[in-house]
Amino acid sequence: MWTILVQIFPYAIAFTIPLLITALGGLFSERSGVVNIGLEGLMVVGSFGGALAIAKLQPVFPNGAVWIGIGVAMLTGIVFSLLHAFASINLNANQVISGTAINMLAGALTVFLARNITGSGNIRIGSGLPRIDIPILSSLPIVGKLFFTQTYASTWLVLVILAISWYVLYKTAFGLRLRACGEHPHAADSAGVNVFWVRYIAVMLSGAFAGLGGVVILITYSGEFTGSVSGLGFLALAALIFGQWKPLGILGATFFFGFASTIANVSQVMPALASIPSVILKVFPYVVTLIALIVFSKSSQAPRAAGEPFEHGKR
Amino acid sequence: MKLQFKKGSAKSAVVAFLAIIFGLLAGALLIAVTGSDPFTGYAYLFKGGLMSTERIGDTLATSTPLILSGLSVAFAFKTGLFNIGASGQMLMGGFCATAVGLTLPLPFIILLPLEILAAIMGGAIWAVVPGFMKARFNVHEVVSTIMMNWISYWIIYYAVPAYFKGQFLETESRAIPDAASMKVNWLTHLFDGSFVNLGLFLAIVAVIIIAFILNRTVMGYELKAVGYNRFAAEYAGINVNRNIVLSMMIAGALAGLGGATMYIGNASNIQIGILPSQGFDGIAVALLGANSPLGSMFAALFFGLLYSGKGFMNAMIQIPPEIADTIIATIIYFAATSVLIERLVNMLRFRKRGQ
Repeated sequence: MWTILVQIFPYAIAFTIPLLITALGGLFSERSGVVNIGLEGLMVVGSFGGALAIAKLQPVFPNGAVWIGIGVAMLTGIVFSLLHAFASINLNANQVISGTAINMLAGALTVFLARNITGSGNIRIGSGLPRIDIPILSSLPIVGKLFFTQTYASTWLVLVILAISWYVLYKTAFGLRLRACGEHPHAADSAGVNVFWVRYIAVMLSGAFAGLGGVVILITYSGEFTGSVSGLGFLALAALIFGQWKPLGILGATFFFGFASTIANVSQVMPALASIPSVILKVFPYVVTLIALIVFSKSSQAPRAAGEPFEHGKR
Repeated sequence: MKLQFKKGSAKSAVVAFLAIIFGLLAGALLIAVTGSDPFTGYAYLFKGGLMSTERIGDTLATSTPLILSGLSVAFAFKTGLFNIGASGQMLMGGFCATAVGLTLPLPFIILLPLEILAAIMGGAIWAVVPGFMKARFNVHEVVSTIMMNWISYWIIYYAVPAYFKGQFLETESRAIPDAASMKVNWLTHLFDGSFVNLGLFLAIVAVIIIAFILNRTVMGYELKAVGYNRFAAEYAGINVNRNIVLSMMIAGALAGLGGATMYIGNASNIQIGILPSQGFDGIAVALLGANSPLGSMFAALFFGLLYSGKGFMNAMIQIPPEIADTIIATIIYFAATSVLIERLVNMLRFRKRGQ
């Protein structure tokens, strides 16, 4: 059992990280009062921007290309998220529909452009990030084997962002204002907070983080842009609710998804699990989410003004 | 800022029309940027969908599942529910229909109604679960229907190879016999060998029935009342929870029927590993059609035309077929931000009056 756990742990973490950072982006957006179901599309554009930058730059800077790609992916995500911000903040559009348009546009436009560039619609990158063992920490008993061997640098980047996000949300004036905009925008407004700007910044953060999520998939386990992130953006959205709109909650929720999906993927080679039909293992994370949604429905911590446009005059 | 239109439907028709214009302009811009001529491109796109009787038939067939998925999303919208799970309901409905078609050796006249019933049941059951969760526990339907999408995706991923494995490929089911298909000889001949089938008539009948339910029955009135204002409806004595479940059930049944028109109509087997994109396109169809049954039908025909012409365009001139999806997505963005269009219309009117 222990050896199996040690073997699958790096995969589970690799699968968790893009979900975690994307859900964290969704958290900023929703805590400010803007529902963002365009996370899936924002991941796709991030993966596209990153793949294009890395594929073009790798021959020139073999070492730095991946990190430049990460930057480009976050920028692409921000630019694309402005479409959602403009629609839902300036034009009071239905945020769910605007998000759906973002998802559709991202999938179609990126493959359209990729086909013009590469011919096939897919973009392969030469190499992603290497797996590294953290010196000293990796020799610790138990945790060293689980958390500090075979890790990606991007994993640590995302965990640092998570810690900073927690600090910003709960310990700074900006975080307080952001949460106020999501709970009671009119109260925030009368206290002198510029609701429009706070929401713009929050949606842009969700674009940057989802873009990062998309490119992390690319540089860790997929290695190729294909025009889809196979529903991970929606899964991140579910993790956000599962995690009750809290940074540590979504860490737990996304790790659950990562671990459950990895178990389903490797069940064939594990004697202990091979007797369970694969379909049950595959369906397991989704069914548990449905049950969790029911359980949490009584004490939902959803931001009260999420999804509602803010209008100055309406009080 | 209020619009001065006389009727709501006239207003939404103008918005839809302008959204289409903007979408086509954005597409033209993209085609031009990538180094082709937009006019030639669009000429091939529309020729590809309309230039012969067979191609017109194919366009109608391509539109059929879109009509039904659009109707499904529009119907749920009327009750204030966002059915983003039409894909999963289509997959489940299509799978149930295929299973019946492959299992029961019955003549066409008995088999087809059974298949349709199975599809409707499959889709309805798949939508009742999120409907019940919404009514009883207030779980948001966007997330629960997406979870249901993936559950159906994996169930079919394993069920098809296990029970209905194809002759050559592991990734698709056996082909259904002729007696189980919605394709009929007279229709195929009428359209010079096109794959258009009885599904089209089912879709038209569904449009009529849904329009009747929404506009002429007490049930339709109650469903819409719940959509306009849940609390006012409850105060007026309408059973809100029952209507939410009912609305999702009918929406799921429509999507399930749409799945049947795809898998036993346009196609003759079911593939694994694909969530039908037609379910998500249903959102676009409903939005462009302003959630009205007839509007959804026209929107679906237009999108069907874009989809069916894109292959021809790609073959004649080097424009990637994804241009059709990009145009549709742009149209949806403009339809969603209809305030922008309304402001534009008002501005133009104001100018005219000022002169």
